[in-house]
Amino acid sequence: MDEQHQKGKDKYSIIVPTYNERLNIGLIVYLLFKHLRDVDFEIIVVDDGSPDGTQDVVKQLQKVYGEDRILLRARPRKLGLGTAYIHGMKHASGNFVVIMDADLSHHPKYLPSFIRKQKETGADIVTGTRYVKGGGVHGWTLMRKLTSRGANVLAQTLLWPGVSDLTGSFRLYRKSALEDIISRCVTKGYVFQMEMIVRASRKGYHIEEVPITFVDRVYGSSKLGGSEIVQYLKGVVYLLVTT
Amino acid sequence: MKHIVKILTMIMAITALWAGLLQVSMIPRSHTWLLPIYFVVSLGCYGLLMVGVGLMNFPTCPQEALLLQKDIVEAKEYLMQRGVNVSTI
Repeated sequence: MDEQHQKGKDKYSIIVPTYNERLNIGLIVYLLFKHLRDVDFEIIVVDDGSPDGTQDVVKQLQKVYGEDRILLRARPRKLGLGTAYIHGMKHASGNFVVIMDADLSHHPKYLPSFIRKQKETGADIVTGTRYVKGGGVHGWTLMRKLTSRGANVLAQTLLWPGVSDLTGSFRLYRKSALEDIISRCVTKGYVFQMEMIVRASRKGYHIEEVPITFVDRVYGSSKLGGSEIVQYLKGVVYLLVTT
Repeated sequence: MKHIVKILTMIMAITALWAGLLQVSMIPRSHTWLLPIYFVVSLGCYGLLMVGVGLMNFPTCPQEALLLQKDIVEAKEYLMQRGVNVSTI
């Protein structure tokens, strides 16, 4: 990995945690290969024992694209997002790590702009933001926009995080930075994403943002209810006190 | 330094300022006592304003949904030809 860095060649390990994403995983892999033609990358699929046959589809994809480009590193059951990243990183041979969702809400076409931004600024972390001009969402009800905006204002006022989109999980990390931060994070779910970026900000890591568009889940289901809001508030208070 | 410490320090500084104003009594006492309430209410109003403005200017991207559908069709075709299961059943 040191040699790679010295030669100026960057390799990107794209970690995609999956659970029942039998259709989406194929689409994501196709789009990644389409938009990253001149980039040295590998895809690490961390599947948590999906009962819908996701892993079989991954094996079919490996036949098409090569087992050195698509790594299947499965786990026996749902074990959480944070540990999925850690598990993925153990098998990552790149010096940069990309994390993204498998449900097509994160579109691979933005990855070149993540990479470009990182090269231009030398940033340790590049995070996608849905809330700036050039970015955006689609498929959100007014209620969801309201809660999102309210949550964002609250978090900005209390935490001064230095990024406009705290709960986003479409990010590019320098591998060493991710390893460092993830070891200190203890929360779960999307609060975990917040914790990661806030801790990175506190530690003084150079963080840049790029606008991304977020089209709500095409296949499958997504939830945002009362308990999520309570969880979020608890998360903000936790971060207020411990970072 | 933990973030909460920074915030508490700020609050203490503002409180000290308020206590100072009470002592000096350049402004009529009754107003000075109410300053914290004015402060909290303005903070609340500012927050609500920010939420409202943000909501009005929330960036949306309806065209992206169409582009995504195109991408899905393209991807499914390619993968089906190469023996990858792309059925939704």
